[in-house]
Amino acid sequence: MASNHLTGVGSESKQLATWYFTFAAIIFGAQLVFGVVAAIQYVMPGFLFEIVDFSVARMIHINALVVWMVFAMFGAVYWLLPDETGIETVGIKIGKLLFWVFAAAIVVVVLVYLLVQVGPATESTIWLIHEGREYIEAPRWADFGIVVVALGFVFNLFATGMKGKQTGIITVLMADMLAFAGLYLAGMFFTDNISVDQFWWWWVIHLWVEATWEVYVGSLAAYGLITMIGAHRKTVEMWLWIEVAMLFGSGILGLGHHYFWIGTPEYWWEIGALFSALEPLPLVAMFIHVLYDWGKTQGAETEKGNPASVIKNKPAFTWFVLNAFGNFLGAGIWGFFHTLPQVNLYTHGTQFTSAHGHLAFFGAYATILIGMMYLAVQGTNGIKVLKSTKSSLAATWMITGGVMGMGIALTIAGYVQVLVSRAQMGATWAGYFDGQSGMWFSQAMDWRLFMGVITLIGFVFLAKDLLSIGKATHHER
Amino acid sequence: MAKRSVWSDNRFWQRSAAWVTGFASILLIWLTFDTSAQISMGTDADLQNGVTKRVPAPTVINYKITYEMDTTRGHEVPVIGEKEMFFGRDDWSEEEAAELLHLGKLGSQAKNCMNCHTLLGNGAYYAPDLTKAWLDPAWGPEGSLQSMTGKNTKEEAMAEFLQHPSQYPTHARMMPDLGITADEAQGLVAFLKHMSSIDTNGFPRNFGKIKGAVHGK
Repeated sequence: MASNHLTGVGSESKQLATWYFTFAAIIFGAQLVFGVVAAIQYVMPGFLFEIVDFSVARMIHINALVVWMVFAMFGAVYWLLPDETGIETVGIKIGKLLFWVFAAAIVVVVLVYLLVQVGPATESTIWLIHEGREYIEAPRWADFGIVVVALGFVFNLFATGMKGKQTGIITVLMADMLAFAGLYLAGMFFTDNISVDQFWWWWVIHLWVEATWEVYVGSLAAYGLITMIGAHRKTVEMWLWIEVAMLFGSGILGLGHHYFWIGTPEYWWEIGALFSALEPLPLVAMFIHVLYDWGKTQGAETEKGNPASVIKNKPAFTWFVLNAFGNFLGAGIWGFFHTLPQVNLYTHGTQFTSAHGHLAFFGAYATILIGMMYLAVQGTNGIKVLKSTKSSLAATWMITGGVMGMGIALTIAGYVQVLVSRAQMGATWAGYFDGQSGMWFSQAMDWRLFMGVITLIGFVFLAKDLLSIGKATHHER
Repeated sequence: MAKRSVWSDNRFWQRSAAWVTGFASILLIWLTFDTSAQISMGTDADLQNGVTKRVPAPTVINYKITYEMDTTRGHEVPVIGEKEMFFGRDDWSEEEAAELLHLGKLGSQAKNCMNCHTLLGNGAYYAPDLTKAWLDPAWGPEGSLQSMTGKNTKEEAMAEFLQHPSQYPTHARMMPDLGITADEAQGLVAFLKHMSSIDTNGFPRNFGKIKGAVHGK
């Protein structure tokens, strides 16, 4: 069973994983399309005005982001469960049913976003249309659906983990996914007090993306290293535990860097600054870990007189390495740029945040989840060594280059805002528009649109590649 | 034979991870209790007795709010001053003010403000930050936004703009018509006024204090 990852055929859990990956890829495409719409609106404000306004395009852009990642994350767990535990996933029937419930709910939610858009200032809008809270806009009815689906998923994970072999990776995932699902509850209430609102809202957003999701990525990277290059489990899992300690040790209280200016007390300045400044450390560790294990495994093979590459899935491994570096760069470096309160006083709420958001979500999560999709293609087609195609390379270069380009353009735009709107003009309405009309700002927005389109074209190559690479003849079968 | 070091022992690191996570979580929960107490909404009595709350009572709409440098804290803080008319009244009762704020906060979510604007600096970056919008000189007596709407008070000008935003374009990038009713607009303005009275530790710095150094304006 240990090498079962090469033959996903016949495992119901892996079949379910491919459903999750497929739906995730479709939503990923939607995310990029609406991202381009929003980017066009920065350059041509009249584009789709009062038809699909920026607020609608952007809501779908960031909601689709969260949803496709959650789908791919669930899928990745269903993919690795049989390999890790050595048994078929428990409760797979429920898993399949919940997949359809989840997918149908998402389709309804997105259609309502697009067709209804806004409602009157009543509770029923919050329940039926959207909650108007960035990232977790999903209406309350869908919140309950999401909780049910997440609980079903966590149940399957726990039941399988306890019945089969409970490896270190599975243990970490069990604890992590329970926290991941539980934290969603912190975002499911309405209050008139906007400070209280944003306090708990960050519990969901921050403790997801800067704590539980990062630990999840650590587990996936560990699984990938074992399956793709044959790294030693003992070493990989020891690193995983060290990463968990570092990630949670810095990330949980790093939450404080969102509490500088929302009405919360001053002591969050010190707590937030200290712990969030430590957040890049585990990301450096994860990057070194991936490269070190790769070099070590390859070196050991070469020593044995076997110079062939140890990598059993070239495109997937490429995305895993991009993840290790992108996580460090996008989440670590770009996050650290503006995490100290002295700096954040001026950068908070500018395109700086947006630059960090693009680079971090891509570097830390999109990359590794795309890598998992390639692992699934390899498994379902029973391929021993999966090699890249021209499309794999085009997709990798265009998506990575496009997102990097957007990140740099948005960073420049952020600088203009910080200097003009904030430092010079004191953040008023007039100051805001003085910054927006600056030449550097508008050129940055042109570049962002161009790079966004490159990313979207890269996605087309990616989709084509995921659908066709399994049939290519140059792999070792 | 030398004993194996604890530093390469998975159990050691597993336990370390559990302890670190547990300790950080407990600290966070403890701080959450402290913060929650500090950011709970004040009462009308607090306002009348001059008790400063980080998030004042909804009846703060009956008072004049300014944003002034606090030399002890080294940054600006909202200062609640004399009584001030708000939509022609300065005697909004606790229930009325709370109801108005409730309508406004609901409206801010229902109209999806946060996916163009930032509120307390969080949201999207397509439109100005609303944290201290109530204190923006442009909405004041000689401000361009107030005169644009032809209204005589800040709150009426803001409410008029919110109901017909695309009639008052300030830039090529306009606010779309979101079907905001007169009542909802009143609630939203109350919500904005209340938000401007929240103690945000000096964010945004220098708000409304700089007349402008760009293009010699």
